[in-house]
Amino acid sequence: MTKVGFTAVEKIFAAHSGGEPVHAGDVVVARPDRIMLHDITGALAFEIVASMGAKRLAAPDAVVLVGDHYSPPPSPEAARLLTQMEQFGRDMEVSHVFTTGQGIEHTLLPERGLLRPGDLVIGTDSHTCTAGAFGAIGTGMGSSDVAAAMALGEHWFMVPETIRAAYHGSRGRWVTGKDLILALLARIGVDGATYKCVEFAGSAINGLNMDERMALCNMTVEAGAKTAFVPPDDTLDAWARDKFPGEEDFAWVRSDDDAAFDAVLDFDAAAIEPLCAHPFSPANVHPVRQSVGVRIDQVYIGNCSNGTLTDLRQAAEILAGRKVAPGVRCIIVPATQRIHAQAAREGLIETLLEAGAIVGPSTCGACAGLHMGALGDDQVAVATTNRNYRGRMGAHSSQVYLANAWVAAASAVAGEIVHPDAVAGA
Amino acid sequence: MIEPTPRRNALPQVHLFGDDIDTDIIVPARYLTTRDPLVLARHCMEPLAPGFADRTAEGDILVAGRNFGCGSSREHAVLALRGAGISCVIARSFARIFFRNAINQGLPLMICPEAVDAAHDGGPIAVDPVAGAITIDGQVYQARPLPDFLLGIVSAGGLLPYVRERLARQEHPE
Repeated sequence: MTKVGFTAVEKIFAAHSGGEPVHAGDVVVARPDRIMLHDITGALAFEIVASMGAKRLAAPDAVVLVGDHYSPPPSPEAARLLTQMEQFGRDMEVSHVFTTGQGIEHTLLPERGLLRPGDLVIGTDSHTCTAGAFGAIGTGMGSSDVAAAMALGEHWFMVPETIRAAYHGSRGRWVTGKDLILALLARIGVDGATYKCVEFAGSAINGLNMDERMALCNMTVEAGAKTAFVPPDDTLDAWARDKFPGEEDFAWVRSDDDAAFDAVLDFDAAAIEPLCAHPFSPANVHPVRQSVGVRIDQVYIGNCSNGTLTDLRQAAEILAGRKVAPGVRCIIVPATQRIHAQAAREGLIETLLEAGAIVGPSTCGACAGLHMGALGDDQVAVATTNRNYRGRMGAHSSQVYLANAWVAAASAVAGEIVHPDAVAGA
Repeated sequence: MIEPTPRRNALPQVHLFGDDIDTDIIVPARYLTTRDPLVLARHCMEPLAPGFADRTAEGDILVAGRNFGCGSSREHAVLALRGAGISCVIARSFARIFFRNAINQGLPLMICPEAVDAAHDGGPIAVDPVAGAITIDGQVYQARPLPDFLLGIVSAGGLLPYVRERLARQEHPE
C-alpha cells in the first residue's frame, strides 16, 4: 500500500527537524520548542548537565522549570530539590521558573502561555503527553535525555506510528474525558500503545472542553504511548485566540485524509458509562456500577489529569449541600493557583469546605504518595489521578481506584464507591 | 556507610519478575529525594520484593515479562537497579521511557522472550550484551540486537560521556 499522506505527528516532527518530510520509523534530530523539568527528575538533570560540561544551555528561553511534586516541601531534602532548581535557573539564565506554588507543570504550561498549537514539547515527566490536547506533540523522557536536549538544543527521536482512537456520537451523563481514556485503556491495556502516538477523533472528542482533553491525553502514557494528539477544532481555536490575543499565525496541524494509521479503534461514546480503574493497574477498568460498595478511607480530586476548573465544578456540583461521610478524608487539589483563585470567585471553595473537604495547595502531592494525603496500611482511596500501581499513593498494602471527579465526590459523600446517580439523582 | 553488593564467586544469578513491573515498584516516588544509587537500591522493588538488594550481587541479571519499566519517567529506577548490582535486564518487552533511560545510563537491555521462558529465579546465567547472547543451562539464546547507534551509547557508558565528548568538540573544533 503506497502511503501518500502524513499523520499530524509526522508533520510536527518534520517541522522541527529541518522541514524535510519524515515517516513513522525514521530517526530524526529535532529541536523542541519547550523543555520542561520538575523538582524530582530535574535535580538529576541539572547534575547531568554539569557533568556533560555544558556551561550554558542552547536555548534558555525554551526551558520551563516547575517545582510541583514537593511543593511546598514536606522535608529539608525536598526543599533542597527546589533550591537546586532555583539555582540552576539563575546559573543558566532560565526565566520560566515556577517554584513558589504556582501549580502542576502540565496544567501550568498552557495556562501561562508557554504552549502553542503545533509545538514540540519534551519533559522529564511522563505526563508531558498532556500537551496533545492543544494540537501539539509532548513526550516524556528521562533526566539524561532532557539534559542532553538542554545542552545541545536538539535531540534524537524515532517518529512514532499513530493509532487513531475515534469516539462517535455523544457522551451520556456523568461521562467525562477521563472515562473516554479509561475506555481506551480497557480495550488495549497498559502496553497497547507502546511507542505510538494516540490521535483522537470523532464528534465526542470535539464535544470535550480543553480541561477534558487534557485528562484524555494525560493518561495515554498509561497505555505506553509516546504521545497523544487532539486535532485542532473550533474549541482549540477559541482557546488560542483567548490565550494569545492579536495573534493569527497558529500552526494548525492535522493528519492528512490518506495518512496511514497503525490501527483505527472505534468507540460508541453513548455506550461508555462512568468507569473505574481498580487496583493495581490503570487498565484494570470496570464500570462504576460494577464497582459499588467498596468502603473507602480517602477521596483525592486533583493532579495533572484532573485538577482543573471543570473537575472542581463537578466536585462542587455533587458536594453542594451534602457532607463528606464520617471517617473519610476528601482532599481536593486545584492544579494551579489561578484555578484555585477562579474556583474561589465562583464560590466553589466555600462549597467544598462546607461539605468537609480539605482543599490543598497546588502540588502533585499524594498522587505519587509524596505528601498531602498519603495512604496508610490497607487504606482505600478513590482518586482522579492517573496511576494506581501498588504502593503508588502510600503504604504498599493501600489500594487506589481511579475515576472522574463526579464519581470521586459522590463516593466521598457515600463513604464507599458509588455511581453519581445514587447521590445526585438520575 | 552503605557498601556496594559484592560480585559472586560464580555465575551471575537470575532475579525473575512478571509482566508490567512499573517504576512505582522499581523505586517508589517518596524515596526520590536522593540520586545516590546505593541509597535508592535499599528501596528497589520494595512494594513487591522488599529487601531485594540484600539478595542481589554485583553483576546479577533481572529477567522480566512484558512492558518492564512502565509508568513514570524517573531515571532513578535505573539508578536503583544499578545500585542493587543489576548489570543487565532481559525482558519480553520494555516500556519506552525506561528503555531510553537504561541506554542513557549504560545499562544494557535485551529483548528475548525465549530466554525469559527458560530462566529460573535464582538460577545461574551468562550474558554478552554486545553479542546479544544469553546462556541458560548450556543453551544459548539470541536477543534482538540493539541498533549500532544505541549500542554505541551503552558501550561509551551512557549518554553523558557521549554528550560530553560532543560538547568538547564544539568548544574546540578540529
